[in-house]
Amino acid sequence: MPAVNGSFTSADPNHPLHRLTPEQIEEIGTAFQAIHDEVKADLGERDAHYIRSMIEFHRRLAALSRIVLMASRYPPAWLLGTAGLSVAKILENMEIGHNVLHGQWDWMNDPNIHSSTWDWDTASPSAAWKHSHNYLHHTFTNVVGKDKDVGYEIMRVDPKQEWEPRFLAQPLINILLMLAFEWGVAVHDLDLEAIRNGTKDKAQLRDELKGIAQKARRQIVKDYIAFPALSGRKGFKATLAANFTANVVRNIWSNAIIFCGHFPDQAYTFTEQEAADESRGAWYIRQLLGAANIDGGDTFHLMSGNLSYQVEHHLFPDMPSSRYKEIAPKVKAICEQYRLPYNTGPFSQQWLMVQRTILRLAFPGGSPRPKAPPYIAPIVYETPGPVVSSKHGPIPAFP
Amino acid sequence: MVERAATPRVTALRRRLVSAAQALTTPLMPDDYLGLLNPAWSARELTGTIERIKPETADAATVVVRPSFPWPGHRPGQYLRIGAGVNGIRHWRAYSLTSDPDHPDGLVSITVKHVESGRMSPYFTRRVEPGAMVYLGEVEGEFRLPDPLPVQALFISAGSGVTPIWAMLRELERRDALRDVLHVHCAREPDQVIFGADLRRMNAQYDGYTLLEHLTGTVPRLTPDSLAEICPDWADRDTFMSGPRGLMDVMQEHWNTTGDPDRLNVERFQPIIGRGDAEVGTGGTVHFRVTDAHATCDVGVSVLVGGEQAGALLPFGCRLGICHTCVGRLRSGLVRDLRTGELHGEPGDTIRTCVNAPEGHIEIEL
Repeated sequence: MPAVNGSFTSADPNHPLHRLTPEQIEEIGTAFQAIHDEVKADLGERDAHYIRSMIEFHRRLAALSRIVLMASRYPPAWLLGTAGLSVAKILENMEIGHNVLHGQWDWMNDPNIHSSTWDWDTASPSAAWKHSHNYLHHTFTNVVGKDKDVGYEIMRVDPKQEWEPRFLAQPLINILLMLAFEWGVAVHDLDLEAIRNGTKDKAQLRDELKGIAQKARRQIVKDYIAFPALSGRKGFKATLAANFTANVVRNIWSNAIIFCGHFPDQAYTFTEQEAADESRGAWYIRQLLGAANIDGGDTFHLMSGNLSYQVEHHLFPDMPSSRYKEIAPKVKAICEQYRLPYNTGPFSQQWLMVQRTILRLAFPGGSPRPKAPPYIAPIVYETPGPVVSSKHGPIPAFP
Repeated sequence: MVERAATPRVTALRRRLVSAAQALTTPLMPDDYLGLLNPAWSARELTGTIERIKPETADAATVVVRPSFPWPGHRPGQYLRIGAGVNGIRHWRAYSLTSDPDHPDGLVSITVKHVESGRMSPYFTRRVEPGAMVYLGEVEGEFRLPDPLPVQALFISAGSGVTPIWAMLRELERRDALRDVLHVHCAREPDQVIFGADLRRMNAQYDGYTLLEHLTGTVPRLTPDSLAEICPDWADRDTFMSGPRGLMDVMQEHWNTTGDPDRLNVERFQPIIGRGDAEVGTGGTVHFRVTDAHATCDVGVSVLVGGEQAGALLPFGCRLGICHTCVGRLRSGLVRDLRTGELHGEPGDTIRTCVNAPEGHIEIEL
């Protein structure tokens, strides 16, 4: 059992979960559910078109990059092909694979874009990942001791986790995990703790290991043998290096985005006691408090698989990612009404906070970082003077 | 899991090429990339392009489809599960096939009656344009002509129930077997008879085929008594019946009590499933690997019901084995189909949890 930090229980009067009355918590749950239901009822051709186009774009980009890489022995082709392939792999993993496997597109009833049939270009077999991520992580989000994504069982990222000497190695493990993230996730999905305790079903473990081995073999054959071979003898090494680079780029990028989702300072963690017997409203509030967004433009959000809308994603894991941006103002409005924080920050700030935490908590001690204050919508001043219309709406005539 | 179209039959050479090329496309299939060039080239699913829509009556139309791969064939009277995307969502319905099994151009057709409140029939009868893509599912149905062909036959149809009967009559005509066929068709008005012109043409052309249009706009509904008046030797004929449930129930009861039920063939789109009352198989245990639930199913209890009783949240739809919403991938073990009693299941198969029960222990990815 992880240690429970005394300063972080129901005694804390500023903790939103303890400040709100049961009636307010109920209201908040109803308000969030209404956002969910409204979008769900509205899903249709526009959304289907979005994901189909995204999948098609990924396939075209991947195919094109692979073709360019056949000439990888020429540096400009290497650079172009590697960049294209890296982007393609990131899209495939994040905006497509992660979200399809969440069931965000299951409503389309398309057997080829469905959480039950999808497989992605990563080391994790989809069934094991769905259990550890969709079920364990998304249900018990940030409940220390239950959500195995808090430190992934190999790192200490929250002071509530009891310190052990093995955590001294975590600055190094952190870098290795960054570089080999997909392999780390695959091994993590096996549930290391259950294996250590001997509670993991032996037959299932054998199947899952076989699944990882099969995926590993296929990725190695594809990226490190077949495509390099297509580049001819002179291009073999260059294409191999290009594919390796693309895989590492994707690992570093997805690691960075995912670590920024829950480990920045503003995100709350919870004890098992706090999450026990919670109502639907309290579940929503825990999801809201336990996640952190990353500020950015449309391209940034796309490249993060819209996990930069981590708050919205955790509230509504099965909502199509393309809708998160649209509902964000409604989520913020609920935060403002009930004086709840809406965790967000620029990428560099969030990422550096995470790195600082990893370094600090490698050593014993550490205390919870200050949390974000209640969200207040920025004040929009009435534009003085005349305005003219533009395609972005009215803009001041004399700025 | 979710319903998917039939798997096209491809040549052995293509299969070998695809399996070799998969080394380059994994986890996708080479067909996923072929489909970028032309969706009809992908052999992931059997699709079809709508060639034309032929109005049959004011509210029924025949939809003619060109399959993306050679048509695997069907028996007249069988139905096709056909899927189409409506507002971004793929829906499936079953319609009787009304085309000849070996159409010279390789085309297939279904005939659809417009149902104002329906979702799919208005799509096919009112909205769809030639060139649209549809998904062609499995050909199913036990309602078909026996072999050898019947000597004396009685066909009873009502409304759009005539579609499988029409396919059978066409087959008899082709095989020159319209020897002693009586066809009672119920409709409100003469111009509402789907395939009316063709049926009347056959009536005029063949001595062995007699069409009796039972027009309920002017006479009462067909009952066993009125049938006996029209066709006194009904009990001596092999009978094929397709129509609304009310008519079928009354007639079936009549055959069960005063006729030979073995000689009555009835179109059934919906199979009958037991919720524990079908005493077949041994029952067993289920491990749902994604939700990590364990369930015990008594004899005749489906994987779905057992899982729900164990508290697992599982996908479901029609609960009749039709819609495929509930399917999951079988990891290990055997299941018994509660409709047929058949034992089946290979690792990797997708099974419909609503109509299959575990036989011993099974592992399923749900």
